[in-house]
Amino acid sequence: MTEQTATQARPTSSLAETARRYALFVLLALMLVGFWIAQPAFINSANLFSILQAVSVVAILGVGVSITMSAGGFDLSVGSVAASSVMAASYLMVVLQMNAIETMLLVLAMGALIGLANGLLIVRVGVPDLLATLATMFLLAGLQLIPTGGRSITAGMMLPDGTTALGAYDPAFLILGRARLFNTIPYPVIVMALVAVIAWFLMERTRWGRVFYAIGGNETAAHLAGAPTKAYRLWAYILSGTLASLGGLIVASRVGRGDVSAGNSLLLDAVAASLIGFAVLDKRRPHVLGTVLGAIFVGVLLNGLTMLNAPYYTQDFVKGVVLVGALALTFGLGKRKR
Amino acid sequence: MSLASPSPAKIAVSVSGIEKAFGPTRALAGADLVVEAGEIVALMGANGAGKSTLVKILSGSISADAGTITLGGKTVSFASPSEAQAAGIATVHQATDQAGAAGLTVAENLTLNELCGTGNFFVSGRSIRKRAQEIAAAIDLDLPLDRDFIDLRPAERQLIAIARAVAAKASVLILDEPTSSLSSTEAERLFAVLRRLKASGIAILYISHRTGDLAAIADRAVVLRGGRVVASFARPIDFSAAVAAMIGRTLDASAHDGKPSSAPILASVKRAVLVPGARPFDLDLRSGEVVAITGTLGSGKSRLLRALFGLETLVEGGFTIDGKPWLSTGPSYSIVRGVFMVAEDRWASSLLPPEIPGATIAGTIALPHLPRWFPSGILNTTRERLAATQAISRLGIKARGPDDTLDQLSGGNQQKVVLARWQAAPCRLLLLDEPFQGVDVGARADLIAAIRGSQSGSATLIATSDTEEALEVADRILVMRDHSLYEADGSHGSLAAAIGSVEAAETGNVTS
Repeated sequence: MTEQTATQARPTSSLAETARRYALFVLLALMLVGFWIAQPAFINSANLFSILQAVSVVAILGVGVSITMSAGGFDLSVGSVAASSVMAASYLMVVLQMNAIETMLLVLAMGALIGLANGLLIVRVGVPDLLATLATMFLLAGLQLIPTGGRSITAGMMLPDGTTALGAYDPAFLILGRARLFNTIPYPVIVMALVAVIAWFLMERTRWGRVFYAIGGNETAAHLAGAPTKAYRLWAYILSGTLASLGGLIVASRVGRGDVSAGNSLLLDAVAASLIGFAVLDKRRPHVLGTVLGAIFVGVLLNGLTMLNAPYYTQDFVKGVVLVGALALTFGLGKRKR
Repeated sequence: MSLASPSPAKIAVSVSGIEKAFGPTRALAGADLVVEAGEIVALMGANGAGKSTLVKILSGSISADAGTITLGGKTVSFASPSEAQAAGIATVHQATDQAGAAGLTVAENLTLNELCGTGNFFVSGRSIRKRAQEIAAAIDLDLPLDRDFIDLRPAERQLIAIARAVAAKASVLILDEPTSSLSSTEAERLFAVLRRLKASGIAILYISHRTGDLAAIADRAVVLRGGRVVASFARPIDFSAAVAAMIGRTLDASAHDGKPSSAPILASVKRAVLVPGARPFDLDLRSGEVVAITGTLGSGKSRLLRALFGLETLVEGGFTIDGKPWLSTGPSYSIVRGVFMVAEDRWASSLLPPEIPGATIAGTIALPHLPRWFPSGILNTTRERLAATQAISRLGIKARGPDDTLDQLSGGNQQKVVLARWQAAPCRLLLLDEPFQGVDVGARADLIAAIRGSQSGSATLIATSDTEEALEVADRILVMRDHSLYEADGSHGSLAAAIGSVEAAETGNVTS
């Protein structure tokens, strides 16, 4: 009987279906045109690239979140991992006097290790995903303050033992966050694009991505079909942790110091981007393209509103409205007739 | 066979000319049925004959397309289950976890109707217990009133549902496959309660295809086939005629000759003990053989299959495959070596929700074979769609194409896809747990043909609680009872006799 209703309902629902598929693209285009008309400076390439630069960290973290979500998990620790990475990168260069390459590799390894710890806590110890990563989030938020006694890290700072830090940010490190390719495209945007393309390929075009989604859809079925579900879930958290520390590296190289308040809103923004992504192409599931588009969508909206002199304190409200709308679009209006 | 027409005064419920279609499938095509007060009528029928549709109409879950229901002399129609309940038709469903609310005690569950509906706003533990005792006494129910519903056995849950029905002053009680999960002593207890209710004038419609149960309790048997009543038998019920009417042909046990196979032994079970204290048993599976294990729910059929697949371990004993010891460490180990299992309940065990990539027919078939089909890791959708297209035509799967998601298919077609998944790679041993669950008769025939048609060099072991299914599909049938295997009388004289011998083994009279 389901076959029957599906075939009968198709012609009538196809228009609504198309509308839902492209709803976010259309809204994004409308927004761009609207802001352009209201404020012609909005559309120049410098501003558009600054929007992309602003959302790059959120998008990279969001990709990590959506990989864990696709495997049936949820990584709440990405914001803390990114913040810890900012502190760790600063500490490695300013206090331990390491160079840019060493710093980046060590920080990425730290992110992967935190992801592994999350994964082991979930897969081996059996703590539910949300609780395990929530605990890690608190743990890291506190841990990152301990080496410097709760102070931000800058060149020449006083260390807890009374000596002065001798190192400084490696100028090569700052290229990542501050330089532009051909003097137009900021490097964070290029990193975001690379992460997005690689992650998209992994999740949509390889058998590994297929298994990630299968585990999220029905872990028992994936297990009975021979998939090593625990290893996959572990890898999802390792990828998410590594991507979060990559995001942290970009933040560190942009601000050029270890700021204790860095990455405060990153978690919620990244999760929101992933959830808004559910509505993109009417997929009703976490996916990489949707997450990146979700991040850009929010970035464009906030940038445009700021240009129209909307006060900064309305930003969270605006993000909330977009998120509610996108989720309603995904789950409510789009309910499939059964 | 001729039946004195019941006097109108005694008729508790009657249905006439009931029709119901689901899309192109006519589930009921003019069914007529009468149940008198104080009578137990057995409703028999193969899977897909329309039994559950008729029950759903009587209990108000769905409405009929045509026909009338008369209850106590008045024509009625129900828009919802609660309306049917209010009118006096109580239904005890097969799924006993819905018979009450977990987290509440037996006493609270017994008085649930009053707590939720018409009773006082204020309740005290004492008033609930007092009322619960009255309700329990009405059917001689002897359960600790403080026990949590979740700790009850299925049989006890059923009795609670029956007690609630009686307390709600039901005039008609419908029992849907009540003994499918009960042991024989529990079934006896249920029968005693039913006889008592019968004596008090309640009309009982008893759905089952277990002839043993029906012989013990039914006054009359009505057989449904193809959505209409094809036969009615008064006591003493001629069960071989009833079974023949149910299946629609006097089958001398399907196409399989029942001759013992002389092919080489492919897999064997040696001195296996499934749970501590169970009797050890042996089993040999020969190449090309289809062997079915029947037995009640919880008798250990699934456990044996799961142990072979590497999901559980035996207490004692072991397996061999191709003469070598077989001890699987889990699904991936088994699958690589050609031992496949289809677990019961396909939505829980095999299928993905429709929004997930890979929830299509092609993706469902490919899932366990991804590492072998795509060693580089990069998917080639042409490859998996080709396998799906072949499966669709070979098994006669009704779908628009390989990209249809599974929720768009009927139960039978879903099961065909699941079977096709495991026939898409070379197989040594195929384990099927309840492969015909929720599958209509037509699709079952296709599935059986597919299972029997792919038997070169592999063996198939099927667990099913339905004896007829076992007889239709298998070369050899064994009965699992209390976690041990017993031989049923292997000679396929006639289907009815074979069913009788299997069910005799099930109820414990192995001497016959």
